[in-house]
Amino acid sequence: MPKELSGADILIEALCDLGVEVIFGYPGGAVLPIYDAIFKQTRIKHILVRHEQAATHAAEGYARSTGKPGVVLVTSGPGATNAVTGITDALMDSIPMIVITGQVATHLIGSDAFQEADTVGITRHCTKHNYLVKSPVQLGDIIHEAFHIATTGRPGPVVVDIPKDVQVATAPYRKPGKIEHKSYKPALKGDLKLIEAAVEMLAAAERPILYTGGGVINAGPQASMILRELARISGAPVTSTLMGLGAYPASGDAWLGMLGMHGTYEANWAMNQADLILCLGARFDDRVTGRLDAFAPKARKIHIDIDRSSINKTVRADLGIVGDVGRVMEDMVKIWKARAHQKADLAPWWKRIDEWRAKKSLAYPASTTEIMPQEAVAALYRATHKRKPIITTEVGQHQMWAAQHFHFDDPNKWLTSGGLGTMGYGLPAAIGAQLGNPNALVIDIAGEASIQMNIQELATATQYRLPVKIFILNNEYMGMVRQWQELTYSSRYSESYSDSLPDFVKLGEAYGWKGIRIENMDGLEGGIQAMLDHDGPVIVDCMVAKLANCFPMIPSGASHVEMLLDPSMVTGEMSDEAKALV
Amino acid sequence: MHNKQGAQERHTLSVTVSNEPGVLARIAGMFSARGYNIESLTVADITEDDAVSRITIVTVGTSAVIEQVVAQLDRMVPVHKVTDLTLLGDHVERELALVKVAGSGEHRIEALRLAEVFRAGVVDTTIGSFVFEVTGASTKIDRFVELMGEIGLVEVARTGIVAMARGKEAV
Repeated sequence: MPKELSGADILIEALCDLGVEVIFGYPGGAVLPIYDAIFKQTRIKHILVRHEQAATHAAEGYARSTGKPGVVLVTSGPGATNAVTGITDALMDSIPMIVITGQVATHLIGSDAFQEADTVGITRHCTKHNYLVKSPVQLGDIIHEAFHIATTGRPGPVVVDIPKDVQVATAPYRKPGKIEHKSYKPALKGDLKLIEAAVEMLAAAERPILYTGGGVINAGPQASMILRELARISGAPVTSTLMGLGAYPASGDAWLGMLGMHGTYEANWAMNQADLILCLGARFDDRVTGRLDAFAPKARKIHIDIDRSSINKTVRADLGIVGDVGRVMEDMVKIWKARAHQKADLAPWWKRIDEWRAKKSLAYPASTTEIMPQEAVAALYRATHKRKPIITTEVGQHQMWAAQHFHFDDPNKWLTSGGLGTMGYGLPAAIGAQLGNPNALVIDIAGEASIQMNIQELATATQYRLPVKIFILNNEYMGMVRQWQELTYSSRYSESYSDSLPDFVKLGEAYGWKGIRIENMDGLEGGIQAMLDHDGPVIVDCMVAKLANCFPMIPSGASHVEMLLDPSMVTGEMSDEAKALV
Repeated sequence: MHNKQGAQERHTLSVTVSNEPGVLARIAGMFSARGYNIESLTVADITEDDAVSRITIVTVGTSAVIEQVVAQLDRMVPVHKVTDLTLLGDHVERELALVKVAGSGEHRIEALRLAEVFRAGVVDTTIGSFVFEVTGASTKIDRFVELMGEIGLVEVARTGIVAMARGKEAV
């Protein structure tokens, strides 16, 4: 019989057995026993954030950049509710995360006790699964099961709510063996017959395109390698969602750039004209498809996804394969080679693609007086790409410019809030990424509005001596809101001006950071170099053209072939029908 | 969206789930969160150790929506198995109702006569009222309630549908 441990100690033991090295958290009344157990041990490093939302984003950044699950520890009530945004973010972007929440003692549950919230009720629909632990006897097994569920199948967040008395009471703990869950059994291998059919469809296609998503990143670095092989042997062009950038290298010959609302002309036109779309770990999100009834009208669609419910959710697949996208692609490559398929003659298809490429849809107007935000991102890319930096972003125009003009050649280097679109994601995510990758260059490309949503995390980086860099594209507007108001509401800029901005240089200095301001083109490269030269955290306030818009753009309710390439294509006010669409 | 188009279909789903706290809230919440319909929902545990509950859900939607409902149920961690009984083909559906009818004289006699026709049993009686127990397909219960409405219907309690595929196989 193993010796009895307190619930708090069982938690620590279980986390150690699961290989957890770092947890992101914030103490409070209902987790004091756990914090005391943390105090008495040295195996797990606790990172004290300044707001629970930041703990969840830091865990996401850690998870996305390392492939390991992120772990969060927060208290009951407000601790748990503050974490909800990040938990939802992780659900939308399929990030493996375990969130331990304190709860009031079991006898107080339901009595509106101090700092009580119905955490399992609140998080039921923003988690992959959640638990309320009623006895320390269950605790060890539940923690192991929570990790199993968070990290297998389609990854996602799992909440484990632990009442304070369960943290104090004792029970024996034994590391469980391999977890055989009664009902949760995710499929890994795809159906071989279907995979063979997919190979034949790909081999026979005249205008194929590989449409990849975050699932390829989640399937591990080897999946990105297999994707490159699949693209090579088939000769098909490759596009990706926002979440999938880096799986196929931006420097690769077959790369068309990102697709969707702010995707490239060639990627969206190729999707529209393709006769076969091979969807690999993506989910036909509304930002990707544009108007659904006009989406890829000529294409047969093969959809490979580990989540059966993703298939046929918004776009009907001609062939759906449920399985890990890495494993399925591996089987596809094997079958392709076994059947000695040759690369089809795709020259006419590539000729058309080259015509679309010639549009140079990512070009932007030059300015001698102002820094164009696209140019700022391009300069940052030129100065840093050899170091293979990890880039995080906030949400808005800067995020799209980063996706368009910072080119990723490797997976796990691009961390962004895609599905939920959470402003305030970038700084804590950068902190999490830096902790998981101590020697990496980690840069949060930010906007002046988003960065303020978790600005308190400057202190976290200072405390743990994390040399993260923040590069603010400061246009004094909530730029994407302002852009939509310009395109949709006759430039009535309702509440989208960033008034009363702080002096970010002084603000950084107040937190112990180095602050740099870049005001014009002459200072751009020097400012970036000064940021890179400083051995510590740096906040760069880069003043950019205030009214620049993010193009290309597929406006609300439009199809892939109705892209706006520049401001001259924008006329009048949108219809109410278009306004109502997302 | 393609899955909003097409004819509305009524499907009966059988869902076996681990009998753990909150499991019904998970299922019902998924329906409301994704805008699916629940026409009827019944749940009770069906194993000796109370470990597994069987939920019978009647839902309405296009075939694409029904396919999504099944997929969304199937991915939930505590769900063991989802069976679309309507898609499976031949199955039996039963519902139980308690129907309270008040009246005297001829009405009372007529109520008893109709109950006999519907094979409804009397489970409670007073000088001025009956409570009938009637079992059968929902349409039969609808009809019984409708007829009692003419006689002196006071109130109705219905269980919702339970269903099972015909033949010797388990779902």
